[in-house]
Amino acid sequence: MAATQEEIVEGLAEIVNEIAGIPVEDVQLDKSFTDDLDVDSLSMVEVVVAAEERFDVKIPDEDVKNLKTVGDATDYILKHQA
Amino acid sequence: MAKIKPSKGAPYARILGVGGYRPTRVVPNEVILEKIDSSDEWIRSRSGIESRHWAGSEETVAAMSVEAAGKAIANAGIDASRVGAVVVSTVSHFAQTPAIATSIADQLGTEKAAAFDISAGCAGFGYGLTLAKGMVVEGSAEYVVVIGVERLSDLTDLEDRATAFLFGDGAGAVVVGPATEPAIGPTVWGSEGDKSDIIKQTVPWDRFHVGDVDELPLDSEGNIKFPAITQEGQAVFRWAVFEMAKVAQQALDAAGITSEDLDVFIPHQANVRIIDSMVKTLKLPEHVTVARDIRTTGNTSAASIPLAMERLLATGEAKSGDTALVIGFGAGLVYAATVVTLP
Repeated sequence: MAATQEEIVEGLAEIVNEIAGIPVEDVQLDKSFTDDLDVDSLSMVEVVVAAEERFDVKIPDEDVKNLKTVGDATDYILKHQA
Repeated sequence: MAKIKPSKGAPYARILGVGGYRPTRVVPNEVILEKIDSSDEWIRSRSGIESRHWAGSEETVAAMSVEAAGKAIANAGIDASRVGAVVVSTVSHFAQTPAIATSIADQLGTEKAAAFDISAGCAGFGYGLTLAKGMVVEGSAEYVVVIGVERLSDLTDLEDRATAFLFGDGAGAVVVGPATEPAIGPTVWGSEGDKSDIIKQTVPWDRFHVGDVDELPLDSEGNIKFPAITQEGQAVFRWAVFEMAKVAQQALDAAGITSEDLDVFIPHQANVRIIDSMVKTLKLPEHVTVARDIRTTGNTSAASIPLAMERLLATGEAKSGDTALVIGFGAGLVYAATVVTLP
């Protein structure tokens, strides 16, 4: 069953916490991965790959650069999840 | 029909000796920062690199190779006259004809050993090792010298903040020879030419034809820029970590061992972040020693695995007889992974 927006944010928060050590409560829709959450370009790839597995979605390299905020990633997953 | 006599090789092959050469000039991050807007902290956090070696004018591809291979031959305890083939993997020797391997074979004191260059980027060591194993087992050479050598400082755009800090120079070599037990596992290798664009040379050499010079890129002072290696960082990172972890696992499976049996992991020294993520993805046990030679060597492409191997053995972090997983991956894209017994 497709994940809801709330479930996706929750999942992303757990992933970001695991990869970058950021507290889950800091991962909010309006937060920028690089500026607010200290997720650099390489960690972002790890976040994307973990999100692909968790939400059964494909996020190609050329789309990764458009995912600036947690909200961008959530919308992308909502739209593309299987 | 005439009957052709088959060649007769050794039952198995193994790495008998390793040697390395690192250029005398050590280049810390501060020198790189003279031309790019970055910081020591940024470079270390993105790559793990603190310093690298850059070759001087005397430290040519051939000179570095002869130094490294000479040490490997001495380490193997054989006479150079018994070397039947010299395989050189490099992308930074700037004359295609003749192959640099012939001059190296001569300078090493071999007796007319077969000698040739291969171009397999950062997988070059694994490609060369696979050829060498084949030659020893098939019988066309008793001992084979495999050299990975690069002067990547010559192919570095010092004004590109994404790659200026990344590359280093050096040579690493091994001697492969006969063994009574398997000591080089099956190679898992391949290429993905559909991704040939994600690591490449900025400008092909034929753009330097007279008449085309107006199309060549210029540096900040208006001089024509020499070609450099460029890459799409995120795409390379994803492929290197997640696809190459699968290849590494396949190499373990092909050798009939698990990560519990491993003593040492020597991945191509591309970036500490790639190495750390691979270790995590592969779930390598704590007891496995992981090569992180990149910190003070930079990314030396084909030279990185034998250089890291030589250093681990020299420092005592690894010992002769240890079981090591080696994996190279890079421009092509190409990759090669295998399990070896350390010399």
